[in-house]
Amino acid sequence: MTPRPFLPGLIIALGVLALGLVVAFTVGRYPVSLAELLDVIWARATGGQTTAPPAVENVVLLVRGPRVIAAVLVGAALAVAGTAFQGLFRNPLVSPDILGASSGAALGAVLGIFFSLGVIGIESLAFAGGLAAVAAVYVIGSLLHSRDPILVLVLTGVVIGALLGAGVGLVKYLADPYNQLPAMTFWLLGSLAATTVADLLPLIGPVALGTAVLIALRWRLNVMSLPEDEARALGLATGPLRIAIVAAATLVTSASVATSGIIGWVGLVVPHLARSLVGPDFPRLIPTAALLGGGYLLFIDTLARTAAPVEIPLGILTAVIGTPFFIWLLAGMQKNWS
Amino acid sequence: MGGDQGVRRHDRRVMALDRRQVIVGLSATLLTQRSARAATVTDGAGRVVPVPARVERVFPAGPPAAIFLYTLAPELLLGWPRANRPEEREFLLPDVGGRPEVGRITGRGNTANLEVVLALKPDLILDVGSVNPTYISLADRVQQQTGIPYALLDGRFDGLAQAYRTLGALIGRPDAGEGFARYTEETIKTVTGRIAGIAKDARPRVYYARGPRGLETGLGGSINVETIELLAQNVAGETHGGLANVSIEQVLLWNPDVIITIDQDFAASVRGDPAWAPIKAVRDGRVHLSPKLPFGWVDFPPTVNRLIGLKWLAKILYPSLFSDDLRALTRDFYARFYHVTPSEAQIDRVLAGRD
Repeated sequence: MTPRPFLPGLIIALGVLALGLVVAFTVGRYPVSLAELLDVIWARATGGQTTAPPAVENVVLLVRGPRVIAAVLVGAALAVAGTAFQGLFRNPLVSPDILGASSGAALGAVLGIFFSLGVIGIESLAFAGGLAAVAAVYVIGSLLHSRDPILVLVLTGVVIGALLGAGVGLVKYLADPYNQLPAMTFWLLGSLAATTVADLLPLIGPVALGTAVLIALRWRLNVMSLPEDEARALGLATGPLRIAIVAAATLVTSASVATSGIIGWVGLVVPHLARSLVGPDFPRLIPTAALLGGGYLLFIDTLARTAAPVEIPLGILTAVIGTPFFIWLLAGMQKNWS
Repeated sequence: MGGDQGVRRHDRRVMALDRRQVIVGLSATLLTQRSARAATVTDGAGRVVPVPARVERVFPAGPPAAIFLYTLAPELLLGWPRANRPEEREFLLPDVGGRPEVGRITGRGNTANLEVVLALKPDLILDVGSVNPTYISLADRVQQQTGIPYALLDGRFDGLAQAYRTLGALIGRPDAGEGFARYTEETIKTVTGRIAGIAKDARPRVYYARGPRGLETGLGGSINVETIELLAQNVAGETHGGLANVSIEQVLLWNPDVIITIDQDFAASVRGDPAWAPIKAVRDGRVHLSPKLPFGWVDFPPTVNRLIGLKWLAKILYPSLFSDDLRALTRDFYARFYHVTPSEAQIDRVLAGRD
């Protein structure tokens, strides 16, 4: 593959995110004019008084603002985790939930709903479920000695994921069909509709930490994406490195899924998109994927909240938009893989 | 005619039963006086259901059927789709409220095994709720497979009175059925009659909030908001459908006059939540948590338990038109429909809406 220039790709990704931010802040079910928007933001930035009505200020600062930020964070997190996993597992079909993070989070969340916990309880259980599932997969995977630890890890992830899926099914089966079951279904379809300022802190912390670790390991990720023996021949301690990458990617994925519910496709599609922009070099790929992922989910979430009075679940939109897009991408990229 | 029905029914079951049971069944059939009873009844779906010769055990196909049957003939109820919790049981007859969990045939998960249903030897299977082709075909199939009459009744407010009459005919208690039917009609007529003079678009605009964040709501025509749409304008009513998620932004835009919720976490948090603060209902302190003991007052299960919710909601929405004492209404409704007169402390607990 010929090396692609970095700067134009990065600028395109930045442009997508910036455009997404402008569009996301200015459109919505509640009418907010551009002047009001700028006034509210300016007042907040300078500490002055805004002339906009209180309801408008509320929408911008407490409703739309947190949601826009959450969409960017979740999109970026899933894209970065997907990029790292696709490199680590040397497989273009891998997404962040390959090791069971989403299935574990789903089980945690439906259990939280089943036991009628509050929002914080449900999100904490989802977060813990994601981490616990991947930890279990990793421990079981490393106990099974094999020449190809990566393959064993992926297979363990698939198997444990299926088991957790059965657990989700069981909880849904036992749930109260009038009250709990709809809540579980909505959660599993993914949505940012309920995002508040208080949700941002537990999201920003893990996402920033995990992304920082992956950015710090960007050069090593290049080597990790080589076959195992080649990476070792280059003097890399592949075992500990793999743990660090998996832990960082799982942290960001679990935190995102706990906030937004299950949102597929972003972690699968965006890394490919980023690669087509700046090539496969991780130091370039990770920041580009983060920006693109944030912008991508922002556009999708804006569509989800503006298209109808009723929210369109994100999981459905990402699939409907992601599938044709991915097929188009496959058609264009075939040569690079063969 | 009724005798023929009974004999045919037993014939079908001969192979599965021992001879003694058949003889007991036949003699009971022959000894019972049935000449005045019609052999068949048309159920809520227009299906012709044979009237069982003798009804002593009824299997409820889902939660609405269990509640509906309990109100008219509690002792016939074989068990509950889901065991009642202790705080629910105290509002029900002690020996009936504690009957075992038997699963459900309808609803979104079929937890009852048809063999278990047969082993319980019901004389009748009762289903109350939506009458649509899915449930009609299910009723036909189960009736054919088990040979047990399966009645499907309409649980909506429009269908409730007729459902009581049909069930009364099916279990041989037409007078009791007629009594409940009259009370039901009277309640709906009183409540809708008093607000008949208020134009539809002058009625309060209500947002129905479900889920811990209050962002699940019932769309227009959904059974979840039948109580609300009978008395007020549902802000989410322009889109038709079932349950859906909405954003706070959308709720801010709707700016409802009143918020009705079934979620106590949401009811507790919404007053202090700055994002909800500009909404008219929150500013005016008109966020109301629906009572839910032993069964929900506004939403689910969708049957007769919502009748008292209609009065509760009417008082909230039109305080000047409904000066009736809610405590007395609650005591009367519970004594009449749940067969246990609640104490003052119990009524307090019901009206607080917590569980």
